[in-house]
Amino acid sequence: MPDGPLLKISAIDAFYGDFQALFDLSLSIDVGQVIAVIGANGAGKSTLLKCIAGLMHPARGEIVFANAAITTIPAFEALRHGIALVPEGRRLFPSLTVEENLLIGGQSRRPGPWTLARVYELFPVLAERRNLPAPALSGGQQQMAAIGRALMGNPRLLLCDEISLGLAPIVVRDIYARLPQIIAEGLSLIIVEQDIVQALRAASHVYCLQEGRVALQAPARDLTREKISAAYFGV
Amino acid sequence: MQWLNVILQGVLIGGLYAMFAAGLSLIFGVMRLVNIAHGDLIVLAAYVSLMATQAFGMDPLTSLLLVVPVMALIGYALQRGLLNYTLGDDLLPPLLVTFGLSIIIQNGLLELFTADSRKLQAGAIEIQAFQLAQNLWIGALPLIQFVVAVAVIAGLQLLFYRTALGRALRATSDDQAVAQLMGLDTRHVFAVAMALSLAVIAIAGVFLAVRANFDPAIGPARLIFAFEAVIIGGLGSMWGTLAGGIILGVSQAIGAQIDPGWQLLAGHIVFLAILAVRPQGLFPKVSG
Amino acid sequence: MIVEHATRSSRIGLALIAVTIVVLTLAPYWGDRQTLRLLAEMFTFIALASLWNLLAGYAGLVSVGQQAFVGLGGYVLFALAMLFDVNPILAVFVAGPAGGLVAIPVALLIFRLRGAYFAIGTWVVAEVFRLLASQISVLGGGSGISLPASLVIAMAPSRQMREFEMYWLALLLTIAILAVIFALLRSRHGLALTAIRDNELAAQSNGIGVWNIKFTVYVLTAFGTSMVGAFIFLQKLRISPDTAFSVNDWTAFVIFITVIGGIGRIEGPIIGTIIFFALRQTFAGLGSLYLLMMGAVAIVVMLWAPKGLWGMVVERLGWQVLPLQRHLVPGTDARGKS
Repeated sequence: MPDGPLLKISAIDAFYGDFQALFDLSLSIDVGQVIAVIGANGAGKSTLLKCIAGLMHPARGEIVFANAAITTIPAFEALRHGIALVPEGRRLFPSLTVEENLLIGGQSRRPGPWTLARVYELFPVLAERRNLPAPALSGGQQQMAAIGRALMGNPRLLLCDEISLGLAPIVVRDIYARLPQIIAEGLSLIIVEQDIVQALRAASHVYCLQEGRVALQAPARDLTREKISAAYFGV
Repeated sequence: MQWLNVILQGVLIGGLYAMFAAGLSLIFGVMRLVNIAHGDLIVLAAYVSLMATQAFGMDPLTSLLLVVPVMALIGYALQRGLLNYTLGDDLLPPLLVTFGLSIIIQNGLLELFTADSRKLQAGAIEIQAFQLAQNLWIGALPLIQFVVAVAVIAGLQLLFYRTALGRALRATSDDQAVAQLMGLDTRHVFAVAMALSLAVIAIAGVFLAVRANFDPAIGPARLIFAFEAVIIGGLGSMWGTLAGGIILGVSQAIGAQIDPGWQLLAGHIVFLAILAVRPQGLFPKVSG
Repeated sequence: MIVEHATRSSRIGLALIAVTIVVLTLAPYWGDRQTLRLLAEMFTFIALASLWNLLAGYAGLVSVGQQAFVGLGGYVLFALAMLFDVNPILAVFVAGPAGGLVAIPVALLIFRLRGAYFAIGTWVVAEVFRLLASQISVLGGGSGISLPASLVIAMAPSRQMREFEMYWLALLLTIAILAVIFALLRSRHGLALTAIRDNELAAQSNGIGVWNIKFTVYVLTAFGTSMVGAFIFLQKLRISPDTAFSVNDWTAFVIFITVIGGIGRIEGPIIGTIIFFALRQTFAGLGSLYLLMMGAVAIVVMLWAPKGLWGMVVERLGWQVLPLQRHLVPGTDARGKS
């Protein structure tokens, strides 16, 4: 158990070439906590997750995870530290079957509660389609597979990038309904969403980003529609 | 009967061509890299075998135990140390770097071994043959080579579709960034793929050395055979590559039978014909 | 705002070029026979490299089989001169269209291949040409043939005059080829080519007929390469399949020159040729070790200075010798519009 927060991001700036996407951004999450990061398109939500997972690196600032500095780690070391990302748009491996996608999620053999059997228990529809090529699944099923794939790495922190994107509301509800099972063992979760309703229900704490800055952060129960609109659109 | 013999010989050498092609096809499938030095690496393997047989008195087939690991190591180092830096969106760097590599290997071998033609002796097995029917003979060595070629291709299929390494290779070729999120160091994965390719090249090179004369300059022709086998068979399919190799071998054999000077030309003409009429190859798994 | 091509450095460059051309034209009067031969050889490499550069650096077609057209040009010349009594110098100019015509079906075939597979395809085509040439016994078959002395003597009143004519032919061909390339790049087709070079997908989505342009460039390059090939073998007075279609001589050296000088820049092949010949004079005695070094240098340059030496200079100093870039300047054009 680390002392203090599991993840602490301190004043990071992130750039795509000359374009600055994040400004002086700070965020922290405790062990077992679920936080939501919301904001309009282009607010910097995905950029934030990429920085945590090592797919890109902040130009300034620090990221500390379980007392280890991970600001500049390469992406393939993220899982070793215990960070798994469910990428925006699912991005299952098209040449692999459903089961192979799950298996490769576990290829680093990190110890933990998540096994192939347990993932199939969580998402039975995947078990039925285990030998199909990944692209043959519906959007919702692919999202479940992508989550399952990330869980197979037995992470301590799961990053979910817009899991409701392109899915029907009933499918989104179905996936969110399983969140309690996912975090049952104390997994920490950062949910990036445009669907605010689900995010607010699931999270204990909310960060609202606007144009690369934290416009609002508060416990979920303290937030009202007006406050969120103001922060979301910068009104 | 004579034509049956010709076709049989063509099929058998087609196995060797398929082995030439398998390494090339593997690398293209995993990292979209076409190694212009591929043929010269086959020749390098032949010379490594030569050194092993001379230094340790082994026979060529035993030298495989040495040549395969040595070439695999060379492949790993080559990818990790040089070729990884050429990968990207621009197609010029990998092409020109591997072309430069081809020149370096050819001339390096020329400096070390001179342009003299060599051949490795495999002993009694070279003249052994089985009679299938009247006037239809099959040489022991060509048969072994063909069986090994089929085994290698079957082995590669197995590796790609039934092992964790194969999963890693396919995933990395699908999506490098997400593969990294699974904990895969793609620099290492690509290097392993190249090591695998060179291991196959090693086997092909030793068989080449036993079967025919070799010298530092014959690399480019092997590259062309490998390439033609891949295109005739169709991209993305290992068994297609085997079929492509066999078709090329048979075409060359028939051409040679008509007129010795037409051996190579016949193969090229069949290749160009397939390119004209069915550019995706005969058994493609992927398009383009 | 109007579009202008010239910059101060390019104006200086143009002046220098004019002076250089005059000096080179007068070379027979200040240079000895060896110098003329060396210069002629340099010109042929400048021409071949510039054509390869147009193909690879601008149209994105990397060919390792241009020796197909060098050899084709050579064989067309020998065939015309020996079998059809055509004046050899005229035959050089006929080799161009002949190469262009052959390039049409070749392109239709190999354009079905992409990227590096296209490159190997060009090599296969060159091999096919080589094998076919070996079958033509009337032109020497596999061992090759020499141009008969009578034909050679008939070219000019004296040996010295013949040497001068050959030199001027080389100079003329090279200047003509460079001029056509320059004009092409400066035209709106050139803008399309630069767009293709920078980002093919974007160029295509902007409506630029990428396939047509690539096809045209391939055929034009074959045209030019065949003419240079015809000249080269007229100069050598002897041809054989192995020398005509040699990968080392006509592709490896050409690629080396273009990579060192700078791919995708018109001045690159010229700079590269000068460096290549300087290196050759220094290291010629080393044989295959020299080629080995050349390969290593090409790799190093490709990885650390992918724009070539001239590319590095242009980036640091913003020079251009030839006015090819387009930039906007305030002002009014001929119709009085600004």
